[in-house]
Amino acid sequence: MSSIAVSLLDCEFDESKCLEADDYQTRVGKWCAGCGDFGALNAVKRLLAKEQLQPEKMAFVSGIGCSSRFPHYVNAYGFHGIHGRALPIATGLKLARPELDVFVVMGDGDCTSIGAGHWIHATRYNPNMTVLLLDNNIYGLTKNQTSPTTPEGYASNTSPRGSVLPALDPLQATLGVSNASFVAQTADWVPAHLYATLQAAYDHNGFSFIRILQRCPKFTPDVFDDAIKNPDHVELLVHADGVDAPGLEKLFKARREHNPKDLDEARALAQRSDLLRLGIFFKDDSFPVYDEIRAVSPVSAEEKINKLEKEFDRYGV
Amino acid sequence: MSKKASSKTNITRVPEHTVEIITNSGEGAQKCAQIFGQTCAKMGNGVWTVEIIPAEIEPPHHTVTSTSGNIIRFGTERVSNWGDQSKLAVAFNEQVCLSRHRLGSFDDNCIILQESAWENHEDEAVRDNYAKAMEEMSSKNYRFIQVPIEEETLKLVDNPQLGKNMFALGLLTEIYQRDLAVVEKQIGHIFRHKAASVTEINVELVKHGIAWARKNLGFQFEIESVVAQEARVVMNGNQAAALGAIAAGMEICAMYPITPATSVSHELSDIFENYGGMVHQAEDEIAAAGVALGASYGGKVALTVTSGPGMALKTEFLALAVMVEIPLVVLDVQRGGPSTGLPTKVEQSDLLAALYAQPGDAPRVVLAPRSIEDCFHSMITARRIAETFRCLVIVLTDANLASGVQQFTRPDFDARWQQNPVDVSPLPEGLRPYDWDPETGMSRRVIPGTPSGQHTVTGLAHDEESRVSYDPESNERGCKMRSRKLAVFQSTLMPPPVYGDEKGDLLVVGWGSTQGAIEEAVDRVRAEECKVSSCQLTFLSPLEPDLKKIFGRFKKVMTVEINYSDTVGDPYITEETRRYGQLAWLLRAHTLIDIDCWTSCPGQPLRPKDIYNSIVKNIEIGVSK
Ligand SMILES: Cc1ncc(C[n+]2csc(CCOP(=O)(O)OP(=O)(O)O)c2C)c(N)n1
Ligand SMILES: [Mg+2]
Repeated sequence: MSSIAVSLLDCEFDESKCLEADDYQTRVGKWCAGCGDFGALNAVKRLLAKEQLQPEKMAFVSGIGCSSRFPHYVNAYGFHGIHGRALPIATGLKLARPELDVFVVMGDGDCTSIGAGHWIHATRYNPNMTVLLLDNNIYGLTKNQTSPTTPEGYASNTSPRGSVLPALDPLQATLGVSNASFVAQTADWVPAHLYATLQAAYDHNGFSFIRILQRCPKFTPDVFDDAIKNPDHVELLVHADGVDAPGLEKLFKARREHNPKDLDEARALAQRSDLLRLGIFFKDDSFPVYDEIRAVSPVSAEEKINKLEKEFDRYGV
Repeated sequence: MSKKASSKTNITRVPEHTVEIITNSGEGAQKCAQIFGQTCAKMGNGVWTVEIIPAEIEPPHHTVTSTSGNIIRFGTERVSNWGDQSKLAVAFNEQVCLSRHRLGSFDDNCIILQESAWENHEDEAVRDNYAKAMEEMSSKNYRFIQVPIEEETLKLVDNPQLGKNMFALGLLTEIYQRDLAVVEKQIGHIFRHKAASVTEINVELVKHGIAWARKNLGFQFEIESVVAQEARVVMNGNQAAALGAIAAGMEICAMYPITPATSVSHELSDIFENYGGMVHQAEDEIAAAGVALGASYGGKVALTVTSGPGMALKTEFLALAVMVEIPLVVLDVQRGGPSTGLPTKVEQSDLLAALYAQPGDAPRVVLAPRSIEDCFHSMITARRIAETFRCLVIVLTDANLASGVQQFTRPDFDARWQQNPVDVSPLPEGLRPYDWDPETGMSRRVIPGTPSGQHTVTGLAHDEESRVSYDPESNERGCKMRSRKLAVFQSTLMPPPVYGDEKGDLLVVGWGSTQGAIEEAVDRVRAEECKVSSCQLTFLSPLEPDLKKIFGRFKKVMTVEINYSDTVGDPYITEETRRYGQLAWLLRAHTLIDIDCWTSCPGQPLRPKDIYNSIVKNIEIGVSK
């Protein structure tokens, strides 16, 4: 999605125009202290600075939820829409303005519950955009209700005796959709990995879906504790075409070579619950990209009128 | 013209006639009617055609549910609606005929040219059904003429299913003295993508029908025509809306299939890309609204097209469009409701939903085209309003306009209609995303890509900077500014014209597609010296000005609408419990006048005679003549 990225060379010519990460933030995020959304915002700011994106040439589209406040804090155009419907808006915007860099930010309720239909279909349309699922396994904004991704048995205000169903796995679901072209998982407590994954998603041409495991300090502070306290319960997916960052090998001993082009293995890995896996599960940029295949060349007003005249000849009496 | 009728031919001169071609679905009635209607239009007659569509795709043949066909009303003068009953019908079997009889579609003295193969059919069950149907229809004075349609068709082709319609067209061509050269040209046009031999055989069949009629029928109708001076086109309302969308410079139509709106997107899908546009078939109506809104946010001219159930789904997005003040045009081709209702049939029952279905106060513009021609021009108007006022515009047509075919003056296209919607010049220093002019509520639209214009639009309450703000002043200001724009827009509207005298005993008020039928009914009562006028509203939100003044000049005001209302005197129904028709409800609130209503929801367009009867009844009860 780097179609209009300002080349880094420009920075060397004019240092004053070079934007720092903080230049991409408009105001302090109004999330609770310790919220994983801050981590995502930091990684995004770093990416924007690294790519030197022009603030007016990108748009952040979100739904409703704590995580969907994201666009307000980014120095870019933003569309904070309605619950579950960020993806149709983003798709329409991308069709209208393919040259813009489009980012989508959704919560787990937003994406995998109320917006589930759009999620499946946007995955299949495969428009060129970077999609962040901030998955805290709970409804944060509405104060602690069970979400589709809440672990079985985990208590909330709507399931005080624990969630009664197995959690929906967004990776398995996305990997099951035809034309899915980029599926990755990362976590707010591994900033280097989060940043590297964002970069890979941004570089991918197509619908780059990243599930970011995100802690909610109020309602799910402990939900990822097992993986946080026991890094050996985490397995990094690595590959020459995957993501990695210096130092990660020290943190996570379990590393698996996984070719992101291997869809069967990606699905098999997503299905296993033995370890928590971070990395790129699947990536293939040879798939049709909706805004590219639906691109139409502009037609001048005169030409349109000429064509309309001919069209009306067909209906002439 | 095929005027070489023998001297014995009895020629009746009439100002107009209504004809039905009714067949099993799949027997080509539509093609026959299309060619006949086009021929009448080309010869200078006023024309209105209506499709008769069976509920299923392939209903069992030769049953009352299989009826597929067309009604063509044509006359010397302009025709504005489907009229009353049919005076002549061509029926391929007695069951389809029976279904129309049961609907009261035939005039008492209707001439019915009926396939003769069934009366003495070898299958006893067929004969029995035939006899029963004829018995049921004997209550009327229909004049049945047995025509060996299939037998004659078989003389020229092997498969009569693919030829009877053209033989029938021949019968009509002779009966109504149509110009064979025009008919031939239309046939050539319809089959232009097929081998030349297809056109030839179809023309032969028509000629054969003409010869048969000339030899056997002995009657003709003469309907004078006046060839129009100005250029004209003939099409249905959905085609007009689709072409209107292109002429209006629209660039993206996001939709989800739903009858009777879908054919708008069929028209567009076929040609839109040649105009730099595209149709996006979304996963549902919610997404369709979202894609259209997202595209409009990006500066494209966007449209979403749907019908009632789809409107219900779009509600939340439409309110968002109002809240973020992103222009959006929605075309709602109304059908019968509630729920899945009457998918293929007409109703005007989305009015109040179009006005008010939303969380909170979400002022929008709602307009209703009154004719096929209006369907075209409304799209241009709708875009213009949506962009000028950064608002939502809902265009309410209906199944009657969608498939009704009428001719109208060929529009003059204007290059300004194609103008780029956004001012992309650099932003004035300090301009805010909602820099409302406190007087008008209007503000400049800023789209992504505009340098230094970055902001986040939000469906949450916000201030001029588009920052989320829950304080009382900000919320009240936002509500006021969004509403103020509507008042400003209203100030640009003209009072609606009154059809008939400016004052009198009864004013009939309608909206949208019923104009033709209402005015025809008003003409009839006025011919009987009744002081009745009518007034057809186009803008429902905001309402056109001066309504109270106009209504006040009549002793009684009554709406006529295709939707449900209670009748006083029915069980439990009193003046107090009565639920009014939707326009009546709206106008009562708006004018504080005790406006009555006459509504019906038969799943058919209103007939002038039914409106006439309701007017006469109202004059009798309400006001002295
Ligand atoms: C149509 C609709 N239904 C319900 C809501 C209420 N609502 C707002 S956010 C939300 C869920 C938030 O959870 P999630 O999407 O996981 O985001 P988080 O707050 O956890 O980041 C709900 C149910 C709404 N705003 N709109
Ligand atoms: Mg959540």
